[in-house]
Order: sequence, then C-alpha cells, then structure tokens
Amino acid sequence: MKIYVCVKHVPDTAANIKTAGANGFDDAVCKFIANPYDEYAVEQAVRLMESQGGEVVVVSVGKEAAMATLRSAMAMGATRGILVTVESQFLDSEITSQALKAAIEKDGKPDLIFTGKVAVDTEGFQTAYRLAEAMSLPVVNEILKMELRDGKAVVEREIGGGSREVLEAGLPCVLGATKGLNEPRYPKFPDIMKAKKKEVKQMTLADLGLSAAAARIELVKLEKAPDRSGAKIIPGPSREAAQALVHILRNVEKVI
Amino acid sequence: MATIGIWIETEGGKVKEANFGVITAARGGGGENTLLALLLDGSAEAAQEALAPYGVHKIVPLTAEGADLDQSPDARARALAAAVEKLSLNALLGLATTPGRDLFARLAAYLKLPLASDCISVDVARQTVCKSHFSGKTVATIRMKASVMLCALRPNAVEAQPAAVRPEIVPLTVTVQDPGRVRVLEVRKAGGGKIDLAEAGIIITGGRPIGSAENYKILEACAQALGGAVGASRAAVDAGFAPHSMQVGQTGKTVSPRLYIACGLSGSVQHFAGMKTSKVIVAINTDKDAPIFEKCDYGIIGDLFEVVPMLTEALTQK
Ligand SMILES: Cc1cc2nc3c(=O)[nH]c(=O)nc-3n(C[C@H](O)[C@H](O)[C@H](O)COP(=O)(O)OP(=O)(O)OC[C@H]3O[C@@H](n4cnc5c(N)ncnc54)[C@H](O)[C@@H]3O)c2cc1C
Ligand SMILES: Nc1ncnc2c1ncn2[C@@H]1O[C@H](COP(=O)(O)O)[C@@H](O)[C@H]1O
Repeated sequence: MKIYVCVKHVPDTAANIKTAGANGFDDAVCKFIANPYDEYAVEQAVRLMESQGGEVVVVSVGKEAAMATLRSAMAMGATRGILVTVESQFLDSEITSQALKAAIEKDGKPDLIFTGKVAVDTEGFQTAYRLAEAMSLPVVNEILKMELRDGKAVVEREIGGGSREVLEAGLPCVLGATKGLNEPRYPKFPDIMKAKKKEVKQMTLADLGLSAAAARIELVKLEKAPDRSGAKIIPGPSREAAQALVHILRNVEKVI
Repeated sequence: MATIGIWIETEGGKVKEANFGVITAARGGGGENTLLALLLDGSAEAAQEALAPYGVHKIVPLTAEGADLDQSPDARARALAAAVEKLSLNALLGLATTPGRDLFARLAAYLKLPLASDCISVDVARQTVCKSHFSGKTVATIRMKASVMLCALRPNAVEAQPAAVRPEIVPLTVTVQDPGRVRVLEVRKAGGGKIDLAEAGIIITGGRPIGSAENYKILEACAQALGGAVGASRAAVDAGFAPHSMQVGQTGKTVSPRLYIACGLSGSVQHFAGMKTSKVIVAINTDKDAPIFEKCDYGIIGDLFEVVPMLTEALTQK
C-alpha cells in the first residue's frame, strides 16, 4: 500500500507561547514537536505497511524547521518525506489542504491518507475534510479503530455521550486519527540515526502554484489568554469550607 | 440586518440545551438579525416549544429528497448546504460538538467556504470570531472574508439570554443528488441518557489520587446533587480508573461549563487546555502549593475523600 500521512510541526503543548506583534508569536524561543494526533496517524500507517508492505510517505507544509517533524515521523518508521515550505507562521486550512493535495498528487497515487484529528496550534478541525473534498475522496475524522475489509476501511468514532458510530469508506480515503487508535512507538537511537538518511523531497508553496495571499481567513490579533488571578482559598475545616463554597456558588457566582 | 441560520443539534429528538447559547450569539446584542433555526432531525413542534424563549424567528425543518440523512454524514452536510443557498443565509452558526464539528467541516469543504470551528465568541456584523490557539494559551481574533460566515461555537462558551419570540414553522425540502462517500453501518448508543461531558453545564473531575474506578462514585454522588457530569484527568484515565470518554484536556474533551470542580488535580497545562474557558473553576487539593491554586477562582485545601462527600451533603440540605 502507498500511504500518505500529513504531519504538522507545532509548538510543544507544554511550551510557553510568547506573542509577538499584533498577530504572531516568537517561534525561535519555543520547542516544537510533531502534532500529537499526527503521531497516532503515523503509527497506524507504519503498522499497515509492516503488515501489508508498501511505503509510508509523510508530508508537511511549514517552515524549513518542519524538517525535524518529518525526521521524527521517519524515525517512527515512515519511508520518506515531502516538505512544502512556506514563509508565514500561519497558513489557512484551505491553502494548506491545496498544498497537501498538490504535493501528494505530484508524488504518487495514494491508497490511503492519514491526518490527525486536529492541529493543536491553530485548532482548525478541518484540513482533513478539505483535503478529501479537493481530491474527491471519502473522509472520516476522529477515528478510534479501523480495519481494512474488501478494499474498504471500516472505522469507528465517538459521537458524543460515549456513543459510537461505525462507518464504511471505500479506498482511497482520508482518515483523521485520534487518541485511542493505537499507542505510538518510541523511536530507538538507531531508528533516529537511520531517519537522518531517508529521502525528503522539498518544494515551495509557489512551486505548487499556490500563494498564501489567497487566504480568506485573516488572523487579526493573537493575545495571551487572560489568566485567573489565583484561588480565593476558603478556610476552615472541611465541613465549614464545603458549606461556605456552596453558599458562594449559589449566591455570589450564581452558577448552581 | 442579516439572515442567520442556526443548525440545531438534537439528541433523541430533543433540542439540546447548549443550542440556546448559540442563538444568543447569533442575535449579537441587537435585535435586527433574522434568525432561522435549521433542523435536520427531531420534531419541529418540539423545537418550536424549546426555542421560543430564546428568540428565533422561524423553525425550518429540512426534508431531503434523494438521500437518507441518517446513513450519510455527507448527505447531511449537503442538505444543509442546499438550505444555506435557498435561504440566502449570511451566516450559519452551530455547536462545535463532535457531530457539529464534523458537520461544519464537511459543509465548509463542500461549499468551499472558510470556517472557524470551536469558537468562544462570534461577531456576525464584523465577520470576526475569537477562538483558542495553542491549547488555550492564546486567544486569536479571526476575520472571515466570505459571502457566508460559517462558525461552530464551543458549547456553553456563550451564555444563553432569553428573548421571547414565537417562531413559526416553515418547512423546506431540498434535493440531495449525491449521498456522499461514507456510509454509517451502525450506531452503538451508550447506556442511560448520560449528560455528555462536552455539553455539561457543571463538571466535577477527579485526578490521579482518586485511586480506583470504584471511588468515582463519590464524585458521581456530588455530580448528581449538582446536576452535572463527571470528568477525569489523563493520569486517572491512563491508570485505568476511568474511560477515555471521561478525559478532559488536550488529548481529551474540551469543555466550557459554568462551574468546574477539580478534585485532586495538579493543574497541568494539558489539563487546563481542555477546561480553561470554564466560567468558575474550583480546586480541591491537599497541597496548598499545588499549581492549580494559581489558576483557579476558589480553592479548598483538603482531602477530596473528605471534602467531596461534605460538599454533596451541603448541596442536598437546603
Ligand atoms: C501530549 C500530552 C497530552 C496530555 N493530555 C492530557 C489531557 O488531555 N488531560 C489531562 O488531564 N492530562 C493530559 N496530559 C498529562 C498532564 O501533563 C498531567 O500529567 C496530568 O494531567 C496529571 O494528572 P493529575 O492532575 O490527575 O495528577 P497529578 O499531577 O499526579 O496531581 C495530583 C494532585 O492531587 C493532589 N492530591 C493528592 N492526594 C489528594 C487527595 N486525597 N485529595 C486532594 N488532592 C490530592 C496532589 O497534591 C496533586 O496536586 C498530557 C500530557 C502530554 C505530554
Ligand atoms: N501545515 C500542515 N502540514 C501537514 N499537515 C497538516 C498541516 N495542517 C494540518 N495538517 C493535517 O491536518 C490535521 C488537522 O489539522 P487542522 O484541521 O488544521 O486542525 C492535522 O492533524 C494534520 O494531520
């Protein structure tokens, strides 16, 4: 099987984000990682390759630094990578998905495409759908389970309240991975060394005939989220403190 | 003056309460906008009853010719897309629940329109939204340049305000030629009408020190007294004390209740990523120096096994 996995290079979820200017952040001082959901996608793809043969190609759209995320995905077992470089810190989902489509189609014919459920930086929740629509493919996001059956993917996703839905999509299709799908492996030192030598094709957004200027989403402002000033500690033995809390929630905050 | 559609999410034929906040957001302060409640399922009469106190002008139950909406998420999106065009909507708002996020993403991709998902506020007149970036550490203000503004709002992010209008029912039939590319094979309902964590107005969460699945009963009793739902931290889920569907945070659910009570949680960044926008946050922790106390509104220094039952008791005695 020829499997493509879309991986995004994002700030570590534990990293402090220092905003810069009206709508940017200081990306030189913060640690970046592969988008955590994309690791489930890479793991799933590599397992399929291990059982069925073929190759796993990881694709990223981002700054030059995104090479590190491609290397980490290749250390997990992906065969090779494609990096579409952009200058801007943020690229909207419409153009990102067009870039992913163009890069994939230029490279080969996919049997399956994986993404993560959401990118934890911009929290877009839509790239998988746009990529699928652009390529006229079926899409299911937030999958927790999957199997291949007679040229189709049978997948399971949660639909709220603990209920689950089982869906069927013909191959090729786009599947968005979420936590629960698998346990991503932890690459060993030799895998990391091997990944450094794997092939990465590189191209710019312009090489694919696209431009970031076409975006219909404008990030006007990026601000630090307001912090709470710290807890008002309710003193006293547990019983009195619990009663005082109920009084506050009922009469001061009026939330119960 | 804009015509704004609101996709109304139903559960077992009933309108979910979280929709009311979306209607308030669509009204946007003034009363000039015409609000249409779009229904893909559920009874129009029940919706009329439920929505009357919140100010929608019309209830539009959609009937799709040519496709079974229950079997195809694509068909649902296309039926809605047809309604967006037929009704000449300027904006379509809805809930960013799991089904809502999916529906809006399919719709946006299909109509080739920009979409802002999981927003915490929306200004239809200015075509801007605010939403979390970087797991709640920053707030982004985004302007959308499109003929139709598509926006899915985080449940409970906007508080519902009453504005009574008796809505009339205006059914609409649309044609869906292509049923789409994925098919629902089976729906496995979870037992017993539990409040979904992502939509609960009150949540009480237990962290690692809860120690066992059995011990969550202490929190369930309190949740029952509060009319809320129970959540868990990843540490508690990874230890096998709670299912993943109960996990709040970065790799779990994002919630925004009016009251969040964290019992035995240290206050990790990843946990806060999922509940930071709650209105009031209370922490119960044995350690007076626990980081969570720096990031919440009220705190009780104490053992959750002692404090929570007393809280339940205080709630049940009037
Ligand atoms: C990529 C990534 C994603 C993650 N996603 C999530 C996520 O979605 N959700 C999530 O929750 N975490 C997530 N985490 C994990 C997170 O970093 C923390 O490890 C986790 O949230 C800690 O859980 P906790 O607060 O329950 O436990 P701890 O950190 O162990 O804290 C327990 C707290 O309870 C107090 N305590 C002990 N005994 C009692 C008692 N009897 N009564 C009252 N208080 C007591 C202690 O003082 C302590 O402060 C993620 C981590 C990573 C790296
Ligand atoms: N710049 C990018 N490069 C590669 N993949 C991406 C990029 N942006 C988004 N994706 C993929 O799309 C998924 C969902 O992202 P989003 O819709 O932006 O939240 C991610 O988990 C990735 O798999």
